[in-house]
Amino acid sequence: MLELKKVSAGYGAFKALFDIDMSVQAGEAVGVIGPNGAGKTTLLRVISGLIRPWSGTITLNGQEIGGKPAYEIVAAGIAHVPENRRLFPRLTVEENLKIGAFVHSARGQLRERLAWVYDLFPRLKERRNQLAETLSGGEQQMCAIARALMSRPTILLMDEPSAGLAPVIVDQVFELVQRIREEGFTVLIVEQNIQSLLDVVERAYLLEVGTIKLAGTAAEMREHPFVRTAYLGM
Amino acid sequence: MKRNLLFLLGVVVITAVLLLIGVPVYTMHILVQVLLWGAICSGWTLLGRFGITSMGHGAFVGIGAYGVVLLWNHLGITPWLGVPIAAAAAMLLAFAVGYPCFKLRVVGRNFSLVTMAMAVVVQLTIIAARDVTGGSLGLTPKAQTSAPLLALQFPNKNVAFLFALGFWLVVLWVMTRLNASMTSLSLAASAEQEDAAEAIGINVAREKLKVLLLSAAVTAVGGALLGQYLMYINPETLSGSPVSLQILYASIAGGMYTVLGPTIGSGLTLALTESLRVLFGTRFIGAANTIYGLMLILFVIFMPQGIWGTILSKLQGRTSRRARSLL
Repeated sequence: MLELKKVSAGYGAFKALFDIDMSVQAGEAVGVIGPNGAGKTTLLRVISGLIRPWSGTITLNGQEIGGKPAYEIVAAGIAHVPENRRLFPRLTVEENLKIGAFVHSARGQLRERLAWVYDLFPRLKERRNQLAETLSGGEQQMCAIARALMSRPTILLMDEPSAGLAPVIVDQVFELVQRIREEGFTVLIVEQNIQSLLDVVERAYLLEVGTIKLAGTAAEMREHPFVRTAYLGM
Repeated sequence: MKRNLLFLLGVVVITAVLLLIGVPVYTMHILVQVLLWGAICSGWTLLGRFGITSMGHGAFVGIGAYGVVLLWNHLGITPWLGVPIAAAAAMLLAFAVGYPCFKLRVVGRNFSLVTMAMAVVVQLTIIAARDVTGGSLGLTPKAQTSAPLLALQFPNKNVAFLFALGFWLVVLWVMTRLNASMTSLSLAASAEQEDAAEAIGINVAREKLKVLLLSAAVTAVGGALLGQYLMYINPETLSGSPVSLQILYASIAGGMYTVLGPTIGSGLTLALTESLRVLFGTRFIGAANTIYGLMLILFVIFMPQGIWGTILSKLQGRTSRRARSLL
C-alpha cells in the first residue's frame, strides 16, 4: 500500500536518510525503531510531505506522492500524528478535532466524524469544550490521534506517541494504538520504547544513522541478538 | 444568531432616532468617519487577529481612494464602477505581496516589514506621479452637483451616514461569517503551530492569502468611501505608513479579537485627534501621532486584548482570543 524506494532526504546540506526501502501493507502495523537522531522523524516528515525527498519514489496504492505538498498527501489518505502531539493549545478539544477534518473530502461529514471519534474516545467528548492545553499528557495524545483520524486516513503515521509521558500513561497510549489497529487502520509508528512497540506491531525496521539496518517481524526483531544487546539491554 | 438580530435591530432603532431628532452636522461628520475607519480597521483585524500583522494596510486605503478618484477625474468612470475596480487593484497588490510571503513562510516581524515597505512604495508612487495624482498637494474629485449620488458623492451628511453604516454592517457580517468558518479555525491553528497545521492537511499559505485578499478589498472600499466622503484625498492622510499605523493602533486599542473592538478603537483615535485639534489648534500638529505611538506601546504591553476585549472578558469571565459573537 505504502511503498518507499531508495528514498533519500535531509535538511540543507545535511543528509538524514540514505536510500530507504520500506513498505507497509494494508491493515498492517509497522514499527520503526532506532536511537535518537537516526532519522525516524525525518522519515515520517518525508512521507507526509513536510519535507521533500531528495531522490527516490514514495507511492501510495501505486500513486506517486513523493514531493507533493502536505495538504495533498493528507487528502490522499495519509495522516500524521506529529512528535510531542502538537495540539493547538488555545483551541478547544472540539476545535482541534474539527481542524482535523480540514481536507475537502472530510468537511461534508464533519458531524458524523466527530460523533465517530467521540465514540472511540468518550473521554474527549467529556472534555470537548476545554482548551487543549488543559488536557493531561495521555489525553493530549488521545486528542492528537483523534484529530488525525478525523480525515479518515488510510494510513496513520505516529511519531513517538509515548514520548514525554509517564510510564502508566505510556501503557494507555499503546492500548490506544491497539484499538486503532482493531478499527482496521493501517499504522506506521516510530518509537524509542521498543519493548512496548514490538507488542503492537507485526513488523519493524531498525533505522540507524539514516539507513535501514535490520527488518523483520516483531518476533524476529525481539529475538535478534543485535537488537537484544543494543536496544533491549539483555 | 439571535444576538446578531437584536444587534441589528438596535442599530436600526438608533439610526432612526438619530435621523429623526436631527444630529448636529459636526457630530454626523465624526460618526461617518468612525464608521468608515471602523470598517477599515475591522478589515485589518480579519488577518491581524491571527498574528499576521500587516503594517501596510495604508497602501490598500490609498489604492481605494486614489483609484476611484483618478478613474472619475481622468476617465469619467463612475465611482460605482470605480470602487470594485479599485478593490480589485488592491487585491492584486495584496496577491503580489502576499503570495511569495506566505509561500516562503515570511511571518512575524518580517511580514510586517515587507508590508510596511509596500505602504511606503504606494505612498511614494502617488507623490511621484504628481501630474496625475496631484502629488503631495492631494486631489479633489470633480464635483457632480446635479446628481451627486451618481458619482457617489455625499453633500448630504445623512446620506453619507447611511452609506457608511451600510458598509460597516456588511463588514461586520463578513467578520462574523469568517469567524465561524473553517478558514478562521485553520488560521487560528497555524498561528499556534504552523507545522502541525501543515501536517494536518491545511494549505496554510492559501488560507492566509484568501483572508489577506478579503482584508485588502474591505480596506480599499473603505478608503474609497472615505475619499468620496471627504472630497479631498492626500497621500499623507489616506495612504502610506501613518495611515497604516493608525489602523494598527485603533484595532489593537479597541480590541482586535472582538467584532466591535476595531470600531471602538477608531472612535477613540478620532476623538483623540479631534480633541487635540480643538484644544490646541495647529500648535501641536503631530501630537496625536506621538500619543498614538505611546499608547500603542502601553496597550501592547498591558492590555493586549484592547479596551473592548478587556471589558468583554471581564463581563464573561473568560479570555477569548477569537470573537465568537457580534459583540
